[in-house]
Amino acid sequence: MRDKAWRLGPEHFGRLISVLAEQGYEVLGPQVDGPAVRWGPLTGPDELPQGIGAETSPGHYRLKQRSGPERFAWGPSPDSLKRWLHVPEECFVHAAQDNGAFHILPGEQPGAPPGGAAPPKFAFIGMRPCDLAALVRLDAVFLKGPYVEEHYSARRREAFLVVVNCTASLDTCFCASMECGPGARTGYDVALTEHTAEEPAAYLAEAGSARGVALIEAITAPRAEPGFIAECREACKQAAAVQRRRVDWRTAPAVMLRSFEHPRWEQTARRCLACGNCTLTCPTCFCVNTIEHTAIDGSTGGRSRVWDSCFTQNFTYIHGGSVRTSVKSRYRQWLGHKLAWWQQQFGTAGCTGCGRCIAWCPAGIDISEEFAALAGTAQGGTGA
Amino acid sequence: MKPDKHRPTVGIFKFASCDGCQLTLLDCEDDLLAVAGAVDIRYFPEASRNIGKGPFDIAFVEGSITTHHDADRIQQIRRQARILIALGACATAGGIQALRNWHDSGEYVRQVYAKPDYISTLKTSTPVAEHVPIDYELRGCPVQKTHFLEIVCALLTGRRPQLPSASLCIECKRKGNTCLLVASSEPCLGPATQAGCGAICPAMGRACYGCFGPHENANAPALAKRFREDGMSEPDLQRAFRTYNAWAWQFRKASEEVET
Repeated sequence: MRDKAWRLGPEHFGRLISVLAEQGYEVLGPQVDGPAVRWGPLTGPDELPQGIGAETSPGHYRLKQRSGPERFAWGPSPDSLKRWLHVPEECFVHAAQDNGAFHILPGEQPGAPPGGAAPPKFAFIGMRPCDLAALVRLDAVFLKGPYVEEHYSARRREAFLVVVNCTASLDTCFCASMECGPGARTGYDVALTEHTAEEPAAYLAEAGSARGVALIEAITAPRAEPGFIAECREACKQAAAVQRRRVDWRTAPAVMLRSFEHPRWEQTARRCLACGNCTLTCPTCFCVNTIEHTAIDGSTGGRSRVWDSCFTQNFTYIHGGSVRTSVKSRYRQWLGHKLAWWQQQFGTAGCTGCGRCIAWCPAGIDISEEFAALAGTAQGGTGA
Repeated sequence: MKPDKHRPTVGIFKFASCDGCQLTLLDCEDDLLAVAGAVDIRYFPEASRNIGKGPFDIAFVEGSITTHHDADRIQQIRRQARILIALGACATAGGIQALRNWHDSGEYVRQVYAKPDYISTLKTSTPVAEHVPIDYELRGCPVQKTHFLEIVCALLTGRRPQLPSASLCIECKRKGNTCLLVASSEPCLGPATQAGCGAICPAMGRACYGCFGPHENANAPALAKRFREDGMSEPDLQRAFRTYNAWAWQFRKASEEVET
């Protein structure tokens, strides 16, 4: 399907949103919301950011005005798709007690919101290639093993994915070295690439699924010319070329095995706030805590899960205490899992190079720099 | 504690404090009658003139220990209570009145009171746990009524209470707030503060001021370093860590490292 490419003008973009809405999708897209680009309900292309970019560095994120017509030059938003597909909090067992007998009550359909009849049908417009790569990783965790996570599965199955390839990288991006961007490879319904040499911007559209083809045909966009396609591809290649950070992830298992007692862990632990921001902004961190609640009279109760973080003391609390009592051991566990141990389980790194954990760490701890220090390589990190 | 015909007896006690935590308990509204039905509230002078005697299955203690009389009374309460729960920033960290711990409180007494001789006070304001062992703490200034209800429910059902111990950031991110510290360089204490409030201040664009006290692994000096990099002055830095939970050791450490 990659040989089919269309050119979308602003009018097609508007129709793309409205056709998805007509098909019953809850359309979500990026918008400027206070000091950041965040995701929310999208009703028209005018709500998208325009001429907005972002500047990031370890521990910092700022929106920046840009002079061009670009709508997708802000890199990864603090939101990733896990907020909608692997929700922050979900009650999955409702129970009641009746004359001493315990009953499990019928709850909502898997994936449905509290009180909702069916799982939501989301269309995500403007997700980044690193977000898509993260979804592939969450799919491996939730859908590909012997046990399928039915709530995630129900929402994921319905989701329509419009990825926008990056033609601008942020300072904290290292998706190119993680092989997760700045162009999307597979897994999308429609991939767009922004062409900013004209105003308003035009978009190269490529379909990755049958329903993606159907959508583009429904909005009757013209075919893209080879010259236009080449310029869009070149812009995406440039976004990769400007990335300074890189992680040689294939060496990570060997690096981790030989640096278990590296003094760097202790140094980083002294900077680490153990606040968990890296794990919560990470698009692939999926850990949850399971909590139980009861009514005061004991008549009803429930079991919920909430986003958790491996940086908390309770995370590894088992009989007798926590397995990882120091912040050092927790940071080592997290970095090791993201870059190395994930490979052994799933064949890919758990990290997509989106750089959220770098930008949104209040202490400015940089995973690419940490890994370079452990690996003892000059070419890692920022190359400094 | 297994549910049985015996309704657990409860006492609610006050030390040096503003009564805000006790008022939060009374503010349980629809749930208040359910609580009053499920437990036998024997001692709660804030709510009732009907003063009963111990022993108590559960004692909630608001306030910090600031006088010799307080220091004796908390021992008596501990002896009468099966489970003792410290309620709020004063009881868990010494409260805002712990600011006296860095100064000569005698001087304050001489300035404030017409007859200072009548005043007998300790030099420090300290949390309950510095005097007697406690079983649980409910953090906050004031406490969160949902936590009070949770601990009552858990004790009645015989399960472990679900009380937060990790950072506010976790709660803040679950809610979907944009990080004020990273995106606006607001001096937010969230990364060093315990969750539990529901991240209400960051949700309104106001940086956290730490009323729930330090979280289990708070690295307040590292957060202070960040504030310094963002241009905060040393006196402001000290003030940031010296509010309701100034005497909590992690905040104390950060505030004492400040060069003034």
